[in-house]
Amino acid sequence: MLLLLQYTLIFSSVLILVALGGMFSERSGIINLGLEGIMVFGAMAGAMVMVLLPESTPKAVLIILTLAASAIMGMLASLFIAVACINFKADQTLIGTAVNMLATASVTVIVKAFNTKRSGGTDFSAKLDYVSGHNKFVFNAGKLQLSWFIIVAAVLLVCATVLFYKTKFALRLRACGEHPQAADSVGINVFKMRYAGVLMSGFLAGIGGIIYIAAANSTWHFNYGVAGAGFLALAVMIFGQWKPERIAWAAVLFAIFKSLSNVYMGIGFLSALPITGTVYNMFPYIVSLLVLVFTSGKSRAPKAEGIPYDKGSR
Amino acid sequence: MKEKTPFLKRPGVQTALASLLCAVLGILIGFIVLLLMNPAHAAEGMWAILKNFFKYSNNTKNLMYYFGSTLVKSVPVILCAEAILFAYKAGLFNIGAAGQYTVGILACVYTAVALHWNWFFALLAAIVAGAVWGLLGGIVKAFFNVNEVIAGIMLNWIGLYLTNIVLGRETVMDTTKSETYEIVKVNPSGTLPGFLQGLFGGNQYMTIAIPLAVIIAILIKIVLNKTTFGYELKATGYNKEAARYAGMNAKRNIVLTLVISGAISGLAAGSYYLTGIEHFKIASSVPGMGFNGIAVAFLGGLDPIGAIVAGLFVEYITLGGQYLNTNYFNPQVADLMVSIIIYLCGFVLFIKHIFNKNKASVGAVNANAVTDADAAANEAAKSAIEKTKTPDTGAEKEV
Repeated sequence: MLLLLQYTLIFSSVLILVALGGMFSERSGIINLGLEGIMVFGAMAGAMVMVLLPESTPKAVLIILTLAASAIMGMLASLFIAVACINFKADQTLIGTAVNMLATASVTVIVKAFNTKRSGGTDFSAKLDYVSGHNKFVFNAGKLQLSWFIIVAAVLLVCATVLFYKTKFALRLRACGEHPQAADSVGINVFKMRYAGVLMSGFLAGIGGIIYIAAANSTWHFNYGVAGAGFLALAVMIFGQWKPERIAWAAVLFAIFKSLSNVYMGIGFLSALPITGTVYNMFPYIVSLLVLVFTSGKSRAPKAEGIPYDKGSR
Repeated sequence: MKEKTPFLKRPGVQTALASLLCAVLGILIGFIVLLLMNPAHAAEGMWAILKNFFKYSNNTKNLMYYFGSTLVKSVPVILCAEAILFAYKAGLFNIGAAGQYTVGILACVYTAVALHWNWFFALLAAIVAGAVWGLLGGIVKAFFNVNEVIAGIMLNWIGLYLTNIVLGRETVMDTTKSETYEIVKVNPSGTLPGFLQGLFGGNQYMTIAIPLAVIIAILIKIVLNKTTFGYELKATGYNKEAARYAGMNAKRNIVLTLVISGAISGLAAGSYYLTGIEHFKIASSVPGMGFNGIAVAFLGGLDPIGAIVAGLFVEYITLGGQYLNTNYFNPQVADLMVSIIIYLCGFVLFIKHIFNKNKASVGAVNANAVTDADAAANEAAKSAIEKTKTPDTGAEKEV
């Protein structure tokens, strides 16, 4: 049961951060289907930092550098989306899909090249080991093994909620997602706001990526990407109706189901059931589809999302 | 760019040119990646990818054999592209093609290997499975207002795990090799009939799947352009509300579109796995075929015939990765090149815009025609998104 709690905390941190990222992007009017790809980029950068830093690096430095690398890489990756969708008015769904493909392909290439070079041509795998880095993130609270990642996620959630409800900036951002022409008419720079939204999604999804691969694992095969976590976060965001506090609750719900597939073996009555792990793997997706079926009827998505801003159109 | 020829102002030609530009740019960027990885061998690597199976040009039999293999491997990606562009014309982004393809694998491999069905019925099973998966997506889209992209993604993963469970059984899975049994050995009647195998160096994987893919492409072209049904679909895609006002059943069209699109994706799986060239292994991520189909559909300018050309090209590059010297590069560089090309496809609208800017003075009428087509495409994308929303409420409310 303790294990279930641990996994739930980790997965909900990931889903909260990435879904919040998606929320900021969509509130500004850009559908970010590339969250999955941004997570992959962020995860790679963070893992690289953990691999490359010497073992003797102090805990705090490692934690800060890893998170910073992931966040910056995530923001850089989100520029792929921002430039194409904001400046060049590209199809946002297509670009998002392309970024996902681009992420897995390029990260596989980079990690493989890195491993090949480092091992002197004996290791061609797309795998990174970061045991010592992973261990530095872990601390114990009583019997519970926690990770600094969870604290970071909680802090970011609070910041995002305050930012979203209490600042002028967020109000302007949201105006751009609802009616960009109206926002423009009162002097808000729609392009800038949309850039801000997409970059924030890059920042959050990048950190989400490193948490996903490093909070519960100490090694990762990058040719698998992040196994659909970014898409799950999108479902969380829709279930959370594009509002931070609801997203947090939705994320916890999804995380419980996701964790069950990882830990059902250790829970007496569940492992006794004649259900394989694969079935548990299906659960979060089935649940999110069902949830969407029941909630999408009164869905309240930002009105102008997915539509490139054209100053001339009415 | 030669100007002042009316030929260049045709929308079709411009799309082709824009796609060509994407492909060339993608290859160039791929070359830069190769340069970054290993400057000394970059040119050699690029040449290996581009030269591809022509490496065997001194031996006609081998050359034709590998040419045949490229054709065989292009079939599923072309069919997936057809499925995606068909749905896209109706304003639906069928990202679920990947899942429909996966359950297609489930159906055809299971029926052929475990149930010893004849190839025709196994292929039919794949088509039906894909259609059912499309139907699920269509129902939640049409009646429950779920965004088809999100629903498709969820169905992709559900389909993948379902396939892993069913094909992981010992009746289908050769546990020593951890892949499904060879159809030819267990059930010879389960493989598709051959097609021109002699001409292609005795390539036993050359089957009727190849002419079938071409026929499907032509059929889609005809359905979209020459039938009332195709017209209704496109009208629904351009503007759902207007289509409904004109008496078209938008919900029925959405469901039907996704069912047909799913059936084609299922056919893609059947026409690949029933050749016996590939065996299913337990997968931890959704097969990329459906996603590559998106790339091919857009690279082909969303035209059924263009998709054939684009599919051959993408598969040519992907397979080219295998000719790379693995001491210097890894084959995924080819995947990277393909993904760069699909990313660049997002800029096609912009590229066309530039074409027309240059020629605005020469042929304003033609240029306008193109802009109208673009506007219509935009409109299609817009209405696809608007379908997910309800009209009322404003952002300021909850402050």
